[in-house]
Amino acid sequence: MGDVLAVAEQREGRIRGVSYETVSVATGIAQGMGGAAHAIVIGGSGVSAAASDLGRFGAAKILATETDALADYHPQGFAHAVSEAVRAGGYGAVVFAATAQGKDLAPRVAALLDVPLASDITDYQIESGDVVAVRPVFAGKAFASVAFSASPAMLSIRPNVFQAKENPAAGEVEAFDLAGLDPSGWTMQLKEFQPSGGGSKDVGEASIVVTGGRGMKGPENWELLEGLRNALGEDAALGASRAVVDAGWRPHSEQVGQTGKTVAPKLYFALGISGAIQHLAGMRTSGTIVAVNKDPDAPIFQVADYGIVGDLFDVVPRITEEVQKLKAGD
Amino acid sequence: MKIVVCIKRTPDTETKIRLGGDGMSIDPDGVKFIVSPYDEFAIEAALQLKEAAGDGEVVLLSLGGDDTQETLRQGLAMGADEAVLLKGDPGVDALATAKALSAELQAMEANLVLFGMKGADMDQQQVGPMAATIMGLPCATAVSEFDLAGESVTCRRDVEGGSEVIEMGLPAVITLTKGKFEPRYASLKGIMAAKRKPLSEKDAQTGESRLTVKSLAYPPERPAGRVVGEGADAAPELVRLLREEAKAL
Repeated sequence: MGDVLAVAEQREGRIRGVSYETVSVATGIAQGMGGAAHAIVIGGSGVSAAASDLGRFGAAKILATETDALADYHPQGFAHAVSEAVRAGGYGAVVFAATAQGKDLAPRVAALLDVPLASDITDYQIESGDVVAVRPVFAGKAFASVAFSASPAMLSIRPNVFQAKENPAAGEVEAFDLAGLDPSGWTMQLKEFQPSGGGSKDVGEASIVVTGGRGMKGPENWELLEGLRNALGEDAALGASRAVVDAGWRPHSEQVGQTGKTVAPKLYFALGISGAIQHLAGMRTSGTIVAVNKDPDAPIFQVADYGIVGDLFDVVPRITEEVQKLKAGD
Repeated sequence: MKIVVCIKRTPDTETKIRLGGDGMSIDPDGVKFIVSPYDEFAIEAALQLKEAAGDGEVVLLSLGGDDTQETLRQGLAMGADEAVLLKGDPGVDALATAKALSAELQAMEANLVLFGMKGADMDQQQVGPMAATIMGLPCATAVSEFDLAGESVTCRRDVEGGSEVIEMGLPAVITLTKGKFEPRYASLKGIMAAKRKPLSEKDAQTGESRLTVKSLAYPPERPAGRVVGEGADAAPELVRLLREEAKAL
């Protein structure tokens, strides 16, 4: 069978933006395999109503598992649900998003189904009906093409790399009722979700990232970056270099690069960052890279599309001002 | 309390990667190999637990070639008590690796199994939760800090927009990322002691690899960028280019 299942994500009953990318990739693979794209959404009551939107991006059928026990992500419960859906549907490929949830869930589903997984892929080809996935290795210092000799092909896609393409399909929502769901057998519990301050976008998911390095001189100067982030709008997030996190200026959740997050936003600002190899590894697949640094020989300028040589304490406020003007004119 | 820490030998993260002649692997010549940095967080966490409890044992487990002995000795030098090397090739099929490790872990009967969140080579982030699923154990991934109280462990993991607090009963599996457990350096005394600590070897039962690397390539070159100008006066031109040329704003 050449049908492909996209595993969509929801939070508080709303489909998460990255899921449109997941469904788009599933649709592309399904075309190559001669099948249809399906999606599965798991959540509490009301989630099937939100799910029908996935049809716009190519899902012919949407399985909705609506049960209060799975209103919030639960690793064991969700892994059970997805693996049962894959078994029932006989899919040729299964696509996750490599988000915090997807990175946690996909390996469990792969283990339950006894098939290998290619995680965090940035490209794929279909070769004689089989998926060949391209994924960064060594933190992006190299790219590996990997091939499966097992079915279904299990993949997770790096957020922001693939385009969510409108491609209307039937989008028929069908209840997927889980037999054998037994929460009493779960040996772990989510006790609490603590939202991070400000409720801003996560650096791993934002389409614009504003990252500060040692050149920022101290945590008190982050107002400057917050100003630019705010001017850029709600799709923008703050990032930090390893040096800045190690110095305790910013939390690890904002760290970009090896031992932090690998990001691929459409627009990346590297401010006061020299460009250590571990940092470059974490952001070099970004769409457009802007660098501001005092040192014209800083390695960051070798990967930047646009650079300004200068003191960021002068330059950044002017960029903020110009962005505000631009947005005001839109 | 028996804690097993699964570790991997990976290139130093500062190493420049050169591709090998086969087009499928890296050229190891001149590459410094280390304990994967995430695994160091796991070793540190295990040592702190043992120290806090005043007794217990920390065992290292790794799947790799003969040279992984050196990696295990580095972990023993940090303070682990003994090490087991499963001789085999940890390829890109993480499930095969997870199966081999699980077979050994089940025989070890650990109270707690720790992994680094991912290996700093293949960056897959898979082996820990796969091994836990195979063994039927609870598993919290990408954990930045955790606390043990009796037979229960409370973990914090960062997710988009916040952090989750997860509680699990022992035995359990945790994969670690950067956070509370800043790895210690091995002392000279630790390095000397590590030479005499037990390190056993056996063949890994990895089975057939069903995910294989067909080719390895350098990242696509970014076209040469340009310096828009110097100082704040270059900002208007930068923003114009971002809008009109890059279409990024």
